[in-house]
Amino acid sequence: MSRIRSVVAVSFLASMGFSTAVTAQEMISDTTARKQPLTTWGVQFEEFEYRYSDDDEELGVWNADAFYGTDDFKVRLLTTGEYEIAEQAYETLENQLVGQIPISKFFDAKAGVRFDTPEGPDRTYAVLGVAGLAPQWFEIDANLYVSKDGDTSTELDAEYELLLTNYWILAATLDATVAFSEDREIGVGKGLVSTETGLRLSYDLIDRAFSPYVGVVHERKYGDSADFAEADGGSTEDWFAVIGARIAF
Amino acid sequence: MKTRLLTGLLSLLMPAMVLAGEYDLTVDRVEIDTGDFVKEGIGYNGKSPGPVMRFKEGENVRINVTNNLDEMTSIHWHGLILPFDQDGVPGISFPGIKPGETFTYEFPIQQAGTYWFHSHSGFQEPDGAYGSIVIEPEGREPFRYDREYVVQLTDKHPHSGDRIMRNLKMMPDYYNREQQTVGEFFSDVSENGLMNTVRDRMAWGGMRMMKADVEDLQGFTGLINGKGPDQNWTGLFEPGERIRLRFINSSAMTYFDIRIPGLDMTVVQADGNNVQPVNVDEFRIGVAETYDVIVRPKDEQAYTIFAESMGRSGYARATLAPEEGMEAAVPQLREPARLTMADMSGMHGMDHGSMAGMDHGNMEMGSSEDMAGMDHSSMEGKDHSNMSSMDHSNMKGMDHSGMAGMDHGSMAMGKESPSDPFYAKGSGLVPTAANGGKFLSYADLKAQNPLYEDREPTREIELRLTGNMERYTWSINGVKYEDADPIRLKYGERVRFKFVNETMMTHPMHLHGMWSILDVGAGQWNPIKHTVSVQPGTTVYMETEVDEPGQWAFHCHLSYHAAAGMFRKVIVEGGPESKQAKTDVIAEEGGEA
Repeated sequence: MSRIRSVVAVSFLASMGFSTAVTAQEMISDTTARKQPLTTWGVQFEEFEYRYSDDDEELGVWNADAFYGTDDFKVRLLTTGEYEIAEQAYETLENQLVGQIPISKFFDAKAGVRFDTPEGPDRTYAVLGVAGLAPQWFEIDANLYVSKDGDTSTELDAEYELLLTNYWILAATLDATVAFSEDREIGVGKGLVSTETGLRLSYDLIDRAFSPYVGVVHERKYGDSADFAEADGGSTEDWFAVIGARIAF
Repeated sequence: MKTRLLTGLLSLLMPAMVLAGEYDLTVDRVEIDTGDFVKEGIGYNGKSPGPVMRFKEGENVRINVTNNLDEMTSIHWHGLILPFDQDGVPGISFPGIKPGETFTYEFPIQQAGTYWFHSHSGFQEPDGAYGSIVIEPEGREPFRYDREYVVQLTDKHPHSGDRIMRNLKMMPDYYNREQQTVGEFFSDVSENGLMNTVRDRMAWGGMRMMKADVEDLQGFTGLINGKGPDQNWTGLFEPGERIRLRFINSSAMTYFDIRIPGLDMTVVQADGNNVQPVNVDEFRIGVAETYDVIVRPKDEQAYTIFAESMGRSGYARATLAPEEGMEAAVPQLREPARLTMADMSGMHGMDHGSMAGMDHGNMEMGSSEDMAGMDHSSMEGKDHSNMSSMDHSNMKGMDHSGMAGMDHGSMAMGKESPSDPFYAKGSGLVPTAANGGKFLSYADLKAQNPLYEDREPTREIELRLTGNMERYTWSINGVKYEDADPIRLKYGERVRFKFVNETMMTHPMHLHGMWSILDVGAGQWNPIKHTVSVQPGTTVYMETEVDEPGQWAFHCHLSYHAAAGMFRKVIVEGGPESKQAKTDVIAEEGGEA
């Protein structure tokens, strides 16, 4: 630090000048970023994994979302896909674009559209949902879908994380779909359609940005949906061994 | 040296003359090496931390700050009393300093003591833009020392401030690695029984709150004067010398519990203002606070300055030694702190008023009729809203029979249930000294020389400290800065601020430009601070003599809380002609109060 010290004789006049010079400032208004809503973004892959089923089916699966926005409004893109490696085809491919606003201390409401473009017929739905943290630390995501043709269904996603240590985490997930009307073309029967339950043991390798895991996943179809699957030569129940990573950035 | 001597001589001879110092600071991209990691950051004059700025009380300083960054910057002189347009808060004091621009700060130094400076732009401060200020007093100090060192702490994190803010917004527990685990469940079961443990977990789970939510930001390396624990900053001494250590907590987020095993510390100054000396074994330094302590090592040996974070997730370490290279044992970190239901007591809109009666029972009015000498150490921190209106003459007549069971500050160190009037009763955050000795409390702080005459406040302003951990939103009275109207004060009034902490985190509240007279119940001897920590579930009062016109920032000094909205602008209306700023503020900042 360069530093010059000097002695200055200051007359009364000059000292008055000093104080008036300081005060001739106007009070400005705050137009800095601090006064603006804080805009943030994030990308998370809850699942990014390879699945191997009990009848030798191999899948590449992801379940991810990206958001951009403020405390009061976020835009969120949710994407899920199951890629059949042998057949080189998407068993499922869902993309949702929703707007999200807080409705309570722990829950947000979402509204938007969902596009399903797997192998086979496509579907477009309107989405209405709530997502947040329920008591006892259950992450909940519940959605209502209405297709262009008026078919309605709901989907409930729940997740619980058990901290074996602060780095080893056992995550239990449940995903259940209930349809209020039949959509035979895509194999959906009225009533409980399907469940997917998973148990994944992860280790936070790099912060919470990269957490490899292994686990098991159980998929099951029910009622008419199971019958449709059988009729189409598919399976109604599958067990998978999974290996993958949770990713956040 | 020569010029300095001359300066001193001349100033003695010619009292009509005013000292003027000119200083240069550059704001630069720098490399920061903590010993654990190396990262790019921001510093002053090519280094982080920046230099120790040494001023003299009574001088007029001119500080030329050159911005070598490719973004706006600013310097705030933390704790200095100065004209508001020199305070260095972009959007409030001035527009900021553009890239490539040199801004000259110019203000008179009207105080003495230990302070610090830092950028008030974005997250430049957590990224390394801070330094220290030491102001030599005009008169003699009420304590002696042979040697002095600045001991400036920070919580250096490998991530940039922007990234940390984003991660906290995405996952509020992103950095929390002290969460309760299955292992802790079983150890709690063996200690407290299965049902109690399950009930405890259900109660916290029901609130969706974490007992482990003490430190939002973990994974940092504690630095002292820019050195990590392994780099071991060392201050030399000769046995028998009195050493003044000027502790400054420049952390973004971290409170530190500081001790020097083997040495008693005498606290002589807090936030730059002299306090009546208190001997302690350990003290907690809030973010942005300063404490000056005097130690006197008599032996020819090294001593470790050990600064453990409040949540025990990290530490800083330095050494006092007769010779370079000597070192002493470094203590182990203690068990992580856990919040208790007492720390949550502010959250459910609890009626603090009902506590007032109880607290007044605690007032130690008995032993002395002399207010000044009275020890009020057990009454602060809770709700004594009636204090200000109390007729002191009546106190002598108080019934002291209830005092026997009182929780005296001096007795508060009992090992089983430590207590401190500035923490909620039963709080999990109440500090205890590692050696079982004396831990400094706010209640121990008494001003050495009151700056102001004690008088009734003209009004009270309640500021509820609010937030939502799961969303990582922080606010005052439930309103974030972006939506808030300024707080309007009138020049000449004495305002009593009532902080009610309704969150589970500790908030170091910092009012710019005017002193915060912390109510520890010592009347005119209440300590004068610039940053006041408000613990979860407590109500704390401070009073401010509104004696500086202009507009000022008022915020929680945890960087990510301030950025998330726990921030206000204060406008002081009116003022003497000579000092008055143009108060025709441009219409702005609509929204709720």
